[in-house]
Amino acid sequence: MRSGVVIFPGSNCDRDMIVAIRKITGKTPIKIWHKESDIPNLDLIVIPGGFTFGDYLRCGALAARSPVISSIKNHISRGGTVLGVCNGFQILIEAKILPGSLIRNKKLMFTCRETTLEVQNCIKNPFLSGLKIGECLKIPVAHNEGNYFVPKDLLKQLKEEGRIALKYIKQNDNEKNYNPNGSTEDIAGILSNNGKVLGMMPHPERAINYLHGGTDGLKFLTNCVEQIIG
Amino acid sequence: MEPQSELLKINKNEYLAQQKSKLEDALDMGLTKDEYNLICEKIDKIPNITELGIFSAMFSEHCSYKSSKKWLKTLPTEASHVIQGPGENAGVIDIGENLAAVFKIESHNHPSFIEPYQGSATGVGGILRDVFTMGARPIALMNALRFGSPDQPLTKHLVSGVVRGIGGYGNCIGIPTVGGETNFDKSYDGNILVNAMAVGLAKKDRIFYSAATGAGNPVIYVGAKTGRDGIHGATMASAEFTENSTEKRPTVQVGDPFTGKLLLEACLELMNTDAVLSIQDMGAAGLTSSSVEMASKGSLGMNLNLDLVPTREDKMTSYEIMLSESQERMLMILKPGSEEEAKTIFDKWDLDFANIGEVTNTGRLILTKNGFEACNLPLEPLVEDAPEYNKPFEIKTNKKVYKPSDLKTNLTIIDILITIFKNPNIASKKWIWEQYDSSVMGDTIFANGDSDASLVKIHGTEKKGSFGKGLAITTDCTPRYVKSDPIIGGMQAVCEAARNIASSGAKPLAITNNLNFGNPDKKNVMGEIVGSIKGISEAASYLSTPIVSGNVSLYNETNGKSILPTPVIGMVGAIDEVENSLEISAKLDNVLIALGQSDNFKAGWVGCSIYQEIINKKNDGAPPPINLENEKKVIEIILKLNEQKLLTAAHDISDGGLLTTVCEMLFKYNLGLEINLPNNLINCDSHDPLLQSWCFGEDQARIIIATKHNKKVQLILKENNIDFFVLGQTNSSNNLNLKDITTISINEIKHINEKTIPSMMGDEQ
Repeated sequence: MRSGVVIFPGSNCDRDMIVAIRKITGKTPIKIWHKESDIPNLDLIVIPGGFTFGDYLRCGALAARSPVISSIKNHISRGGTVLGVCNGFQILIEAKILPGSLIRNKKLMFTCRETTLEVQNCIKNPFLSGLKIGECLKIPVAHNEGNYFVPKDLLKQLKEEGRIALKYIKQNDNEKNYNPNGSTEDIAGILSNNGKVLGMMPHPERAINYLHGGTDGLKFLTNCVEQIIG
Repeated sequence: MEPQSELLKINKNEYLAQQKSKLEDALDMGLTKDEYNLICEKIDKIPNITELGIFSAMFSEHCSYKSSKKWLKTLPTEASHVIQGPGENAGVIDIGENLAAVFKIESHNHPSFIEPYQGSATGVGGILRDVFTMGARPIALMNALRFGSPDQPLTKHLVSGVVRGIGGYGNCIGIPTVGGETNFDKSYDGNILVNAMAVGLAKKDRIFYSAATGAGNPVIYVGAKTGRDGIHGATMASAEFTENSTEKRPTVQVGDPFTGKLLLEACLELMNTDAVLSIQDMGAAGLTSSSVEMASKGSLGMNLNLDLVPTREDKMTSYEIMLSESQERMLMILKPGSEEEAKTIFDKWDLDFANIGEVTNTGRLILTKNGFEACNLPLEPLVEDAPEYNKPFEIKTNKKVYKPSDLKTNLTIIDILITIFKNPNIASKKWIWEQYDSSVMGDTIFANGDSDASLVKIHGTEKKGSFGKGLAITTDCTPRYVKSDPIIGGMQAVCEAARNIASSGAKPLAITNNLNFGNPDKKNVMGEIVGSIKGISEAASYLSTPIVSGNVSLYNETNGKSILPTPVIGMVGAIDEVENSLEISAKLDNVLIALGQSDNFKAGWVGCSIYQEIINKKNDGAPPPINLENEKKVIEIILKLNEQKLLTAAHDISDGGLLTTVCEMLFKYNLGLEINLPNNLINCDSHDPLLQSWCFGEDQARIIIATKHNKKVQLILKENNIDFFVLGQTNSSNNLNLKDITTISINEIKHINEKTIPSMMGDEQ
């Protein structure tokens, strides 16, 4: 599989994502510098987490104006696959590739911890098809602005189009803080209307080793790779 | 040269900076009359304002260690695995496989009290620069925090701001904050402590140093622009606080972790070429200390044209440029001819890059500004003639030994245990830790209390059948012990750190220390400094964990009231296979065995303990004694047992004693335990002081291990002459039973443990 990881000034999960993809595919993804406007044909482009441009102005707002964004848009228009994680999700939203907005966490604090995600019943996509609907994945989050917000009519549309991909879920009835950021309807990740772009706040690349973070992130990413290769 | 009147026209303030100084100027800058006279004599002229400013920064306690130097020299700093001891930006040790661990701890106490967010953020930024200046990629951050009384309203504001600041920098730059300690005591009400530690990884043969080389080589300024922030920060950090200290807010630096990240990547990229001859970060005293130290370490001189320094503001003076503590800046000496290659890298990362001068062989620091000579000083007096004071001291020790029967109480064991876990000093710091990104870089094995030491995997050391090597890191200090007996307190901090490293399964290797004290002009404070350095030295040499870097923070006083003496020990250790590391949590059907001296398993040491604090509302008496031989024995045996893969968990017994430690080992997997009691305590009731001392005494050199191989472990312990006491086997009951005396619900205690800090911070959810 040919993949690439986009690097902006301030990206800081690029290496982790490269390590994870290499672990699965045996091939090192290419690094795509944000000033590049001409990128080769790739099976998967990942926009990793970080604090691009220091999160100044708004998270992802400056990165969404980098030259690389237009080539990512071209890649998408050709039917290409894009995964945005954490700050990558914020960039996809700021670039208007995905709808809605990501606002400050409800408690106004950065939060880094494990969350449990539930795979939703959604349109065919290369990220979750292959996993069972209702399947749970334990994957950590680490963010300040992961509170996904959409107006009611848009939320209705996303539901109807089957674009809500992942939700935070309780592990038992007593669990209060299972949603780490207060997102609308516990949304953790959403898809583009063709299903080829996924933005998600949790970091699958941080859950690829049983010694730390568990291996559900590896399961998720391995499934992506298998779905893309076909 | 043009007449001075020309300068007056171009830049009036610069004209003023170049005028001859007076004694009053020196006093304003924190120098004494004697120091001013010494300066005039040594340089054979009356310094101008800029020159005097440079002297005052270099002579400040922060840069010159003038009160502590005499004693710092006595610390053990050498061992075969030490590559670089104190004196560089950070210490460096050999960890095998051609790799080196580079680490240092540094305080940002005064700025964090004045402006908690920026103060602590720049503390993190500064310590990271110290580490990557040496050519190391930072892989972990730690912090040791001390706040005032939890019920003081200001404490909440400071905790919230400091935690946000530490996270704000570390999270953004993408280095995991993996642990540390947070404690509360009223002595820190007006003077909090924020000590940040960074650990980096470098190739052993690619370490970069600061000594300038080669007259004629270009001096390069890189990073952020210089502004008027933090001017004279080093001097502020060397004075006591008063009610008016918040007026010092403009001397607090402002951090920019985004620029810090760019500088980190640009420097490491450049260090992959052979362009960099020497490099130093601009930390305390900014361009002054970096230029003076680089030139003097290389026994050379430096000429700088300050008009070429990138500045944020117009018409900055030589004085302001030299004393600004703007963050995210570096000074480098490059190989001649490599400037273009270097500039390309810094352009890519959108950072300033300016050739501001050259190395000379004059032994002088010569600065020009607006075409005039703003400074012409010999380097030797700046570095060599900084005063070294032998201040009078008195080591006061509290010799009163409390017997358990001295602490009679109506409280039951459960009452005490609940009080202990309601104490924010003992309770879980999860509320704080969740605000730090502990998992970025994907190598964190243990963070934030999972294990006695935090543990990060060393990227790239994976082998067939193993995830590779790991570095274990801890910070420790028990200030109430140091207060009662500075020597024992100093030793205890080292021993607890070593026990913590060993309890994670790693071998203790070396120390960075952060010595936080009050005003050294007071005999008893100086005694705390001298005593704890003696204790640290003795323990560190006995345990072969030399001190390779460190920082001293004095004058931690407000209105004459001193903080508890707080010599924080940051220790680093290594483990060959991270999958063999140990967490604190026991598993089901494990046997818990306490290692330590058998006498300590009949009755416990109650003086200076948390238990005593609960009963007497104060800490008093001698702290638990330290026996270095026993400390070493318990560390060595735990490593030996773990090498044979006989252990499933380990947790050292410290604050709160044995029962507190046992509870912490049972929390994670919701376990229970029928705890054995020694024969002399079987018939006691829950109020019995002797039994309570056994539960909560704080005798040292003790670790509780968990094992599935009870018999084999006991055999090895006997063979090695290790005293031990078998506590019992874990079960799924979720109750801790002390025979028929009492039953404790682990779930209830766990709940209290987790709620204490959130409710203190008003976050009840």
